[in-house]
Amino acid sequence: MKFDTPAGQNPIDRAKVVGCAHDRIDGPFKTTGQAPYAYEHHRHVGNPAYGYVVGSAIAKGRIRSIKLDAAKVAPGVLAIVAATDTGKLGKGDFNTVKLFGGPEIDHYHQAIAVVVAETFEQARAAAALVRVDYDRGQGRFDLDEALKTAPLTGGDSNQGGAPKADRTGSFEEAFARAPVTLDALYSTPDHSHAMMEPHASIAAWNGDQLTLWTSSQMINWGRSDLAKTLGIPKEKIRFLSPFIGGGFGGKLFLRTDAVLAALGAKAAGRPVKLALPRPFVANNTTHRPATRQRIRIGAERDGTITAIAHESGSGDQPNGEPETAVNQTKLLYAGANRLTAMRLAVLDLPEGNAMRAPGEAPGLMALEIAMDEMAEKLGMDPVDFRVRNDTQVDPEKPARRFSERQLIRCLREGADRFGWSQRKARPGQVRDGRWLIGMGMAAAFRNHINFPSGARVRLSGDGRVMVETDMTDIGTGSYTIIAQTAAEMMGVPIEAVTVKLGSSDFPVAAGSGGQFGAANSTAGVYAACVKLREEVAGRLGFNSTDAVFEAGKVRSGNRSAPLAQAAAGGDLVAEDKIEFGDLGKTHQLSTFGSHFVEVGVDAYTGVTRVRRMLAVCAAGRIINPKSARSQVIGAMTMGVGSALMEELAVDKRFGFFVNHDLAGYEVPVHADIPHQDVVFLDEADDKANPMKAKGVGELGLCGVGAAVANAIYNATGVRVRDYPITLEKHLARLPTLA
Amino acid sequence: MSDTNDLGISRRGVLASGAATAVIAAAPGAAATADPGRAAPPTMAVSFKVNGEAHALTVDTRTTLLDALREHLHLTGTKKGCDHGQCGACTVLVNGTRINSCLSLALQHEGDEVTTIEGLGTPDRLHPMQAAFVKHDGYQCGYCTPGQICSAVAMLDEIKRGVPSHVQSDVTARPSLTNAELRERMSGNICRCGAYSNIAEAITEVAGAGA
Amino acid sequence: MKAFTYERAKDPVGAARAVASQSGAKFLAGGTNLLDLMKLQIETPVHLVDVQDIGLDKIEPTADGGLRIGALVTNTDLASDRRVRRDYGVLSRAIVAGASGQLRNKATTAGNLLQRTRCPYFYDTNMPCNKRKPGSGCSAIGGFSRQLAVIGSSDHCIATNPSDMAVGLRVLDATVETVKPDGSTRAIPIAEFHPLPGDTPHIETVLTPGELITGVTLPKPIGGFHHYEKVRDRASYAFALVSVAAVIHKDGSGRVALGGVAHKPWRVEAAEAAMPRGAKDVAGRLLAGARPMPDNAFKIPLAERTLAAAIDQGKAA
Repeated sequence: MKFDTPAGQNPIDRAKVVGCAHDRIDGPFKTTGQAPYAYEHHRHVGNPAYGYVVGSAIAKGRIRSIKLDAAKVAPGVLAIVAATDTGKLGKGDFNTVKLFGGPEIDHYHQAIAVVVAETFEQARAAAALVRVDYDRGQGRFDLDEALKTAPLTGGDSNQGGAPKADRTGSFEEAFARAPVTLDALYSTPDHSHAMMEPHASIAAWNGDQLTLWTSSQMINWGRSDLAKTLGIPKEKIRFLSPFIGGGFGGKLFLRTDAVLAALGAKAAGRPVKLALPRPFVANNTTHRPATRQRIRIGAERDGTITAIAHESGSGDQPNGEPETAVNQTKLLYAGANRLTAMRLAVLDLPEGNAMRAPGEAPGLMALEIAMDEMAEKLGMDPVDFRVRNDTQVDPEKPARRFSERQLIRCLREGADRFGWSQRKARPGQVRDGRWLIGMGMAAAFRNHINFPSGARVRLSGDGRVMVETDMTDIGTGSYTIIAQTAAEMMGVPIEAVTVKLGSSDFPVAAGSGGQFGAANSTAGVYAACVKLREEVAGRLGFNSTDAVFEAGKVRSGNRSAPLAQAAAGGDLVAEDKIEFGDLGKTHQLSTFGSHFVEVGVDAYTGVTRVRRMLAVCAAGRIINPKSARSQVIGAMTMGVGSALMEELAVDKRFGFFVNHDLAGYEVPVHADIPHQDVVFLDEADDKANPMKAKGVGELGLCGVGAAVANAIYNATGVRVRDYPITLEKHLARLPTLA
Repeated sequence: MSDTNDLGISRRGVLASGAATAVIAAAPGAAATADPGRAAPPTMAVSFKVNGEAHALTVDTRTTLLDALREHLHLTGTKKGCDHGQCGACTVLVNGTRINSCLSLALQHEGDEVTTIEGLGTPDRLHPMQAAFVKHDGYQCGYCTPGQICSAVAMLDEIKRGVPSHVQSDVTARPSLTNAELRERMSGNICRCGAYSNIAEAITEVAGAGA
Repeated sequence: MKAFTYERAKDPVGAARAVASQSGAKFLAGGTNLLDLMKLQIETPVHLVDVQDIGLDKIEPTADGGLRIGALVTNTDLASDRRVRRDYGVLSRAIVAGASGQLRNKATTAGNLLQRTRCPYFYDTNMPCNKRKPGSGCSAIGGFSRQLAVIGSSDHCIATNPSDMAVGLRVLDATVETVKPDGSTRAIPIAEFHPLPGDTPHIETVLTPGELITGVTLPKPIGGFHHYEKVRDRASYAFALVSVAAVIHKDGSGRVALGGVAHKPWRVEAAEAAMPRGAKDVAGRLLAGARPMPDNAFKIPLAERTLAAAIDQGKAA
C-alpha cells in the first residue's frame, strides 16, 4: 500500500480497540519469567556449549601475538577462534568498526577471540588464559583537543559541494544587530545505553544453515550484516529475536555477540551461547557520543528571535558519523537568520552511534537551557518566550508546513497542570527545610520518520487472526499495539488476535528505532489487513469498499456473515507493506511536547533530587495510551539520568571508558524518580500514515535534561552548562550556609 | 509448554504454532571430554528446593545459584543483568529472604528453599504482585521484571518485620509503607526502561490490599 | 573465575586452620564482594572455606554494657536489631545507607569490614594497580579519580574504603575480635584494623594468614544524637562521595568520622574538640594535610558542608 495522499476516514477511526488503554498481551509471560530472551532458548537448543569473549586490553595498536596454548588445554575447552585465525571477515554496513578486531586494534575491549567450552565457568576461566602481546599505538582520545582541528561535516551540507553549514538569511549580521543576545557553550558527555539485558546470542549451525537467537531491535539489518560479516548468503541465516531486554539504540545493529557465537559454534561443531559480560558492554559496544555545543541567539526586546545559531562538535572512529545535535534547531523555533553546523573529530574511543533520540537528546539538553537563559535576559517567562517564537512552517523552507504542530498547547497545558504560575522568576527564592526548590521547563521535539513496513495476516476458520511481522518489541509494546490494530481492522476482540514478532521468517517491518516503530509497523499491519479484508469480502461475496467488519461479523447493506465463515474452506492469508509517497517531504512530520520539573537542591551538599515531573505530548494518534505513557515516563527517567548522573568517564591516557559497569556508570534507581504525570493531547496526523500516528518513545526524553537543569538554576541561581549536573559543578557557588 | 519464539503472543495465552521448532542438538564434542590430560574442575553435589521441588545437582564449584537456576534447571525467569550485584535482575528469595543470586555459589545453598519468579505464579494463575505489575504496566522490556517482583514481595515482608531503611527519620520507629520508603527499599532493582513510577503504584496497590 | 575446591567449616578454629593450612585459601561468608572479585580474577583463591555453619550469628550483650556482634550477623539483621537501633543508631543508619536490601541480606559484619576498594582501576585487570598487582603502578593517579581518596593516600594508591558500616563502627570505637589457627584470640581496635596504603596498598587489614574475625564489640552506649549523612549522585544503591558518621551531644560536643575520603574510615579524635565551634573548625583539622586530585578536590568543601548538615541535625534534634 502506497501512502501518498492524506488519510481519510478509515476503520482505525472507530477507535474501539486502537486508542484504548490495554494491558500488554505479553505481560503475563514477562511477569512470570516465561518470556524467553536471547540466551534462554534451551527448549530449542539441546546441549549448547558456552562462548566467552576475549577483549583487547589496549585501545589502539596492534596484536603482536596471541598465545592460546594454555587456554586450549584448559578443562572443557572445545574451540578457540582468535583474531589470527578468523580468515577474512566482512564488516556490516551499519558497523563503523569491525566487530572482530586484530591484528589492528580499533578500540578498548574490541573482541579479539572467543573461547568455547562445555560450561560457562570453563569458558570464562579459559578466556583468562589467552595471552596477548600488543604493540601499543598512539590513540586520539581527547575530544576537546581533537575538535580544535576537526572539519565541518554533516547536515545537508556535504551533498553537491554545498557549503558545510546550513544557513538561512544572514546570521552574523542579524546577531550583531540584535538588542538582546546570548552566546554560550554547553557540553554533554558520552552516554551508555545500559540496557538491562546484555547483548547475547545463541548460534546453531545445521550444515551451512545458521539459526541465531539474539537480542536485536532490527531483524533484517542484523541478518544482512551478519551474512556480510560471515561472507554467506543472507538466505542461509534464520535470525530470531522474540524478546529483547532493552535496546535504546544499542541493539540496532549487529554486535560482537552474534559474530562470536556464530564463529564459535562453527569451530566447535556445537550450538554456542554467548553473552557479553557486563563490564564489556560500555567499551565493546556503541555509545552516545559526547558533544561540545555553542549556541547564539539574538532577539528583539519583545522576545522575537531574529538570529539563531547552533554549532556542535563530536567525535567518532574513522568513517563515523557526527552526533547530530543541531538538527532540532533547524525546526523548533522561528527566526529569519539561522546557522547550524557540525564538526566531527576522529577519535579512537569505542564506536559512537545511535542512542535513544540521537541528535535531539543532547541537542535539546543545550538548546533548551539556552532558551531559558535567553528568556531571563529578556525578562520573559520561559513558556511565553517559546510561545512567542512558535512557527507553523519549516523556518528554512517556509513553503513546508508542519503536518501537525501543537507545541503551544503542550506548553500552555503543561504550565496550567503543573502550577507553573507558582514559579518565582528570580532564582533561589524558595526553600523547604534544607532544600532549595526550583521549577524548570523545556520544549520537547522529535521528528517522525516514515519507514516501509510489512506484515502478513492470517484468518483461520475459528475466527482467529494471526499477525506475523519481523517487527520487534523492545519493551515498547509492539505485541499489544499490533494486536490492537489487527483487532480494529478485522472487527474482532483483541483476545482473538495472535501476534508473532522478531523472526526473519516474517515480512520485513520497520523495526524498533528512532521512535518510528509503532506508527510504521502498525501501518504495515493496517495495509495487510486491508488486503485481508478484500479477500474476506470477496470470499463472502461482499463489496469490499462498503463492508463493515465488526464484532466478529462482516456486514454490507443489510447482509451480514460471520468473519470466520470466510476461512471455512481454509486459512486466508494476506501480506502487504506500507510504503510512502511525498507527504513527508511536502510536509514536516514532527512530534512535540513540553516537560515540567520541580527539583530540590540540598543547600548543604549540592545534591539534586527530582520532586515532580510532568510531560505533555502531541504525537498523533496514541495507539495504546497505557504503553505509550510508559514509554514517556521511561524516557523521562532516562532524562533525569542524563541531567544528574550519567557520564562515561574517559581516561585520555589509556583511551577507554573507565566506569564500565553498572556500579560505576550510575543510572537512576527507584529512589531517584518521583511520581510522573503524562498527558497526551488529542491528535490524528492524517499526513503521517493511515494510523494517523507518530511516536513518543524518544519525544519523552527530548528536553527532560534541560528542564531539570533549568529547575536547578531556578533553585540555586547558579547556571551549570556541563552535564551531568553533579554537585561539584555548583557547590562552590551555592549560597553560604547560615 | 513450549517456547514463545515460534509461538504467538495473544491476550488469551500462548499458542503453539505450526512453524518448525526443530531442536538443534548437535553431537557433543566428545574429543574435549575424553582428554585425560586435562584436570577436570572440582565438582560437588548440592541439594536444595526450588519452588517446592527438591533438586540434587552436581555442579562445578564455581557455579552461582543464578547459573544453577538458569543453566542447570532451565529456570530462566531469573535474569542475569550484570552478574556482579549491580542491578538486581537476579533477585530470588532464599528461605523467604531476597538476595542477588549472582553473588552466591550454588554450594552455599545446601538445604535451602529457593523461590523464583516461576514459583510465585504462572500466566494462568498470576501472583497478586504479578497481576498488579500487568495492571499498572510496571515493566517494559521485561528483563528486570522478575527481579523487581521477587524483590517487591520480599520487601513488603521486610517492612512487616520492621527492617529499617535509609529514609526513616526515626530509625527506632516501625517503618511504614510510604512512597519514599518503597522507592528506597526497591532501589537495588534497576529498571533502565524507567518503569519506576508504575512499579511503585503496583506495589502500593498490593500492599494496600494486604493491609 | 579460577577453579577452587570448597569445604564447609564446623567451628571458628577449624575454619582458621583450614585456611591457614592451604596457600591461596580464603574464607567465604556472604560472598557478595569476594565472588564479584573472583569473577574478574581480581581474587583467585584455590580453596574456599565456607563459614556459614560455624555460628557467630548472634548479637549479645557484653559484661560491660556493650554489645557483641557475631561476625556472621548479616547487615540487615545488625541494622534491624532493636538494641542497635536504640543505642547505636549511627551504626544502623550507616548500614542501611549502603548497598541494597538484597545485598544487605547476604553480606555479613566481618565481610563488610573486609570489602575491597571500588576504585575502577582496581576493578579493571588490564590497568596497572599496586593494590591488585604490587609494583605495577597506580593508574588512578592522573586518571579518573572523582570518587577516590583525598587524605591518607600515597603516591602508590589513592583508593578509598567503600564501607559505610565501618565508618559507623569507627565513630563508636568498636573492637574487632579474631581467632587464629592456633586458637589464640585478639581484639583489634577498629582504628587500627585498616592500615593506610603507604607503599603496601595491597595490605588492607592487620589480619594475619588464617586469622578469622569472630565478632565486633561495641562499648557501652554513649548516648547523644546519632546521625549518618551520605552524599552520592544517585539517591540510593551507590557508594559515598563523602559520608559523615556523627554522634552529637546536647552540649555540642561529639564525635565524627568520614567515609569516602580515605583508605579507611577517617577519624581524627583531636579534631573533635572543635565540635562545639562548628563544621569549619572540625573539618579543617580532620582534613589537614589532604592531598586531593583535580577530580576530587570538591570533597574537601563537601566534607565540611556535610559535616555542617550533621551538626545542624544534631542541634535540631
